[in-house]
Amino acid sequence: MIRIFLIILFIITPIRAFALIEVDITRGNLNPLPIAVSPLSIDENSRKNFEKILKKKNIGSEISIVVERNLKTSGLFNPLSKDAFLQEPDIANLKPRFEDWNLIKAQALITGKVNFVDDKLRVEFRLWDVLAGKEMMALAFTTVPNNWRRVGHIITDKVYERLTGEKGYFDTRVIYVAEEGPKTRRIKKLAIMDQDGENNKFLTLGNELVLTPRFNPTSQMVTYLSYFRNLPRVYLLDIETGVQEVVGDFPGMTFAPRFSPDGKKIIMSFAKDGNSDIYTMDLENRIVEKITNHPSIDTSPSYSPDGKYICFNSDRSGYQQIYIMKKDGSNVKRISFGRGLYGTPVWSPRGDLIAFTKLHKGKFYIGVMRTDGSGERLLTENFYQEAPSWSPNGRVLIFYRETKTNDKGEGFSAKLWSIDLTGYNERLVNTPTDASDPSWSSLLSN
Amino acid sequence: MKKLRIRNIDQGAIMKLNKILKNAFLITVACLALSACATSKKSTGQMQGDVYTGTDTVEYLASGVPDRVFFATNESVLTTASRETLRKQAAWLRKNSKINIVLEGHADERGTREYNLALGERRANAAKDYLMTYGISSDRISVLSYGKERPVDSGSNPLAWSKNRRSVSVKAN
Repeated sequence: MIRIFLIILFIITPIRAFALIEVDITRGNLNPLPIAVSPLSIDENSRKNFEKILKKKNIGSEISIVVERNLKTSGLFNPLSKDAFLQEPDIANLKPRFEDWNLIKAQALITGKVNFVDDKLRVEFRLWDVLAGKEMMALAFTTVPNNWRRVGHIITDKVYERLTGEKGYFDTRVIYVAEEGPKTRRIKKLAIMDQDGENNKFLTLGNELVLTPRFNPTSQMVTYLSYFRNLPRVYLLDIETGVQEVVGDFPGMTFAPRFSPDGKKIIMSFAKDGNSDIYTMDLENRIVEKITNHPSIDTSPSYSPDGKYICFNSDRSGYQQIYIMKKDGSNVKRISFGRGLYGTPVWSPRGDLIAFTKLHKGKFYIGVMRTDGSGERLLTENFYQEAPSWSPNGRVLIFYRETKTNDKGEGFSAKLWSIDLTGYNERLVNTPTDASDPSWSSLLSN
Repeated sequence: MKKLRIRNIDQGAIMKLNKILKNAFLITVACLALSACATSKKSTGQMQGDVYTGTDTVEYLASGVPDRVFFATNESVLTTASRETLRKQAAWLRKNSKINIVLEGHADERGTREYNLALGERRANAAKDYLMTYGISSDRISVLSYGKERPVDSGSNPLAWSKNRRSVSVKAN
């Protein structure tokens, strides 16, 4: 079900390195690029076939809506209203009349075509530079019809990559904790959804408390904390088979799990006799190693992408601060020195930054700093927010935010939010229920 | 290695929600018992520093034996009042030698989830250590941290937070 058939059939035109339009994603984008996403054209026979299978009237325009929403959410693009489009989708895909698209101020144009071929969905699309009057990219995919949303995400990834020069993050999923019920007795379930909030699915029933799910590098496995039988332990869940197992045999609470970048180990905290230390467990030979050995709380470990270092949270200085060490636990060095408390360090997939939560004077911040602690930048401030997780390209953070209740203790809610590394483009991520502890998957197709 | 299957809930399985709710009922009842006082009346409690000294949320293991102790922000140090409470618990446990307890450690909502799990564990262990110095065997005491997952008071104010920073002794059998 999860697996997709994605075959890039052919590249109609090889990607050329023209000095065409470019989008700079290194700064807050106040002038998003005007882009026109023409509905993908579809012949009547294909349209009817897809309508029967997918219950969607016109799958061509549905896919283009997915692309449009993705581009808009990124904050880098301004998809133009379809009402203004002058050219029909089928003709535009053959040869756009650039003057028409120029007239509505589009700088880039996406066109395409959908076909029903051997019970499969075949999509081709092209990206055009309107000002230069040139084709920038043309690709075709074939997949099972049910994957139509993913096709939209993959198109967005390709366009994003072509225009920004960096990998996209749209064909991804988010695993998180779905929350319901009053604050004093929340019911929590693991849930998974596409990055845009669609295809939401609950993975546990809510019988036991579950927290902090995190993907492995291939995004097929998840490690998380479950209070199954009232014993808080780190578990491993295979998303496809639903098989769940306890990680290791610890005589106490294990928590704060994450995978190593090669997916072979789980790093986590183990709490005993009032002291939490960091351990790893090799998933193949089950060998457990103690990484920190300090009478303070050591938790929230996260590997650097090359697996050589670990950042973590410790109160050995008296209060919660961020530290880094070598993977064997040597060379422990504190890196957070600003005012306030620091928690939940997560190493960026690009390796250059560590995202964190900061508490200062009653406010919570999500921020980033370099791996030596310099260059601290706070991206967003709120009553309560924490637990940032990186998009696979290291450009966006997803986290959760909780509201302040009123005098009667009412009005509590927890929601997922995303924000750009630039601090711009903060957005609510739609979830069917309240939500917390998000973890972003890797790019599913590469 | 424990293995168990968990099912995916698909559209069709929404019907099973009733069953889920039934299963959740037990937890709900337990929590209601803990939070009954907290939610039913307006707080009249007070604080010393930021440690809760009121009795709003306190329940009793037996007559005169309070079930919980409270902590200052980010602290796991037992206050004088907490020690007194724990000495009463120890005396009661010595008299009722067949009863075992779970010490449930909690934190307020003003901290990151993972750190708070560790902090709850540290708080419950502070209580455990004290009970042990008063002669209660460690086999009779287990520790369970809930971090900030099970507040008694859903308020977002210093008084509510002070009630939630606690270690509660719960009969295990």
